[in-house]
Amino acid sequence: MSGVVRAEVSRRALARARRRVAWGDALGRLRRDRLALAGLAVLVLVALMALFAPWLVDDAGLDAVDSLDNPTWARPGGDFLLGTDHLGRSVAAQFVYGARVSLFVGLAATVLTVAIGTIVGIFAGFSGRWVDATLMRLTDWFLVIPFLPLAIVLASVLGRGIWNIVFVISVTSWPATARLVRAQVLTVKERLYVDRARALGASRAHVVRRHVLPNVTPLILASATLAVPISILTETTLAFLGLGDPTQPSWGKTLEEAFQAGAIGRNAWWYYLPAGLGIVTVVLAFTVFGRALEEILDPRLRER
Amino acid sequence: MRPRVVVGKVVGAISTLAFVVVVNFFLFRIVNDDPVESMFRGRNLTAEQKERLRQQFDLDGSRFEQFVAYVRELLSGNLGVSLQSRRPVATEIAEALWPTIALVGTATTLSMAIGIWIGIRAGWRRRSRFDVGSTTFSMFTYSVPDFWLAMLALGLFSVQLGVFPTGGIEDAGSTATGLALLLDQLHHMALPCLVLAVAYIGEYAIVMRSSMLDTVREDYLQLARAKGLRDVEVRRRHAVRNAVLPVVNLSALNFGFVLSGAIAVESIFSWPGLGQATLEAIRGPDFPMLQGLFLLFSAAVILANLVADLLAGVLDPRVGGR
Repeated sequence: MSGVVRAEVSRRALARARRRVAWGDALGRLRRDRLALAGLAVLVLVALMALFAPWLVDDAGLDAVDSLDNPTWARPGGDFLLGTDHLGRSVAAQFVYGARVSLFVGLAATVLTVAIGTIVGIFAGFSGRWVDATLMRLTDWFLVIPFLPLAIVLASVLGRGIWNIVFVISVTSWPATARLVRAQVLTVKERLYVDRARALGASRAHVVRRHVLPNVTPLILASATLAVPISILTETTLAFLGLGDPTQPSWGKTLEEAFQAGAIGRNAWWYYLPAGLGIVTVVLAFTVFGRALEEILDPRLRER
Repeated sequence: MRPRVVVGKVVGAISTLAFVVVVNFFLFRIVNDDPVESMFRGRNLTAEQKERLRQQFDLDGSRFEQFVAYVRELLSGNLGVSLQSRRPVATEIAEALWPTIALVGTATTLSMAIGIWIGIRAGWRRRSRFDVGSTTFSMFTYSVPDFWLAMLALGLFSVQLGVFPTGGIEDAGSTATGLALLLDQLHHMALPCLVLAVAYIGEYAIVMRSSMLDTVREDYLQLARAKGLRDVEVRRRHAVRNAVLPVVNLSALNFGFVLSGAIAVESIFSWPGLGQATLEAIRGPDFPMLQGLFLLFSAAVILANLVADLLAGVLDPRVGGR
C-alpha cells in the first residue's frame, strides 16, 4: 500500500482495504495448494454428512430396542449397507451419526480451548510481573502434566457426558494457545503504534481490541485448526476407554462396543473398519488443511 | 550449564510435582466428598462403623488435615488401598510396571531408531520419492488412533492368519520356565510392540526431517563439501550431528510417556501392564487406583522433562547460558 493517502479516505476504510488485500493474498495462496483444498473438500463432505444425518439414514437403526427384528452380525450388503452389530443395529447409521459427535466435540473443544488460552494469554501479557509469573507457572504445570491421564482422571471424576468431554479436552489443552498469545502480546505491546495509541489516551481494552487481537487472530486460527484433530483423537480415545457419552453414538464409542462385543474374534471387520477410517480421514484432512493454513498465515514457515 | 540454572530446573520440576499432588487430592474430593459413603454404597452401616472406617482411612478431621495425612502417607510410599482388589495400590502398580516398561520401552526405542533413520534420508534429499513416500506414511500414522491400528493388527495377524497370540503375556496355563518362557513372552509381545512402534515412528520421522531441512542450508555443510568430503560423510559427520539435537530432546521427553502411552493398546492385547490397570480402574471406578496411577504417570513425565532440559544444556552449549 504505497502512494499518497487522500484526506477523504477514512482511516477505517483504509484499514479495511488493507485487511482485504491481506486476506485476498492468503486466499490466493490457499487456492494454489491442491492438498489443502482436498483436505477442505473432505471436511465439507463430512460436515454435510453430519448435518444431514437424519435424511441419509434411518435413526431407528441406532437403537437396540428398535433393532430387535434385525439380524445380528449381518455382513454388509442387502438391507444394511455396512452390516449390523451384535445388537442388530445398523453400522451405517452409527457411522453417519457418529460423525456428528466427533465433529461437534472436536470443534466445541477447540473453541473453548482457544477462548481460555486467549484470555489467559492476553491477561498474562498485559498484567504486572507477579500475575504474569503466576499465570505462566500455572501454564507450565499444565503443559508438563501428561494430557491423557489428566483427561482420564477428570472424565472419571466428572462423569460421562458430551459437555464433560468438551470441558475435559479444553481444560487439558489450553496452555499452548496461552503461551502463543502471550508471546504475541509481549511483542505487539512494545510496538510504536501502541505507544502512540496509548499517548492519545487509548484504554487497555481499546489496545487489545484494535491492535492485539487483529495481530494474534491469524496465529490463533492456524493453531486452532491443528487443535481440532487432536481434540477428535482425544474424544475417540476417551470414548474407547468407556468415558464417552453413553447416550450418543460416536466413532470412538463404536470402536469400544465393537471391541467389547468381540468383533475382532468374530472377524466382523465391517463393525470396526468404517469408524476408524472415518477418524483417520477427518484427522488427516484437518491436519493437512491446518498445516497449509499455518504456512500461509505465518510467513516464517513459508520457505519450507 | 550453570549451577543456578540446574537448581532452577530442579525446583521447577519439584513445584510441578507438588501441583500434581494437590490436584490429585482435591480433584477426587470434589465429587467424592465422602469416600467411605461411596465405597460401601448401598450397604447399611451404623454411624459407629462409618466413623471407624473414616478413622482407618484418615478421613476424620478437616479437609486440610486430610491433605496433610495424604501427603504424609504418600511420602512413606503408601498410595492407599485399591477398592477392587483390596490390596495396596503400590503393590498393584509395582506388578503392572515391568510388563509396561518392557513393551512400551522396546516400542519407543525401536520407533526412535527407525524414525530418525527415515527422517535423515527424507530431509537430506527433499522432495525425492523416498521423502514424499515417507512423509505421507508419517502423516498417516500420526492420524491413526493407535488402538484402532491395534484392532486391525489383531484381526489380521492373530485371528485371520493366526501368526500371533490374541493377547496376554504368556500362554494360558503355561508351565514353561527359563528360555522357553522368555520366548513365549516375546512372541506375545511382538504384535503390540509392532503396533506401538508404527504408531510412534511418524513423530520422530517428521521432527528429524524438519530439523535436517534446517541444517541442510547451513554454511558449514557448504564448507565440508568444498573440502571435498563425500556426500555420505557430509551427511553423517556434519549434518546429522547437529540436526539430531531436537530429536534427542523429543526422545527424552517421550521416555516419560512410556508408562502412560499405551493405555488403550495394552487393553486390546490384554497386556497385564499399567494401561490395563488404568482401564480396570476406570471401569470400577476405583478412585485410589486412579489417583496412584495418575501420580505415577505425571511423575514419569515430569522427570523426563527435567532430564530433557538438562540434557539439552549438556549437548548444546548455547542452551546452558540461559
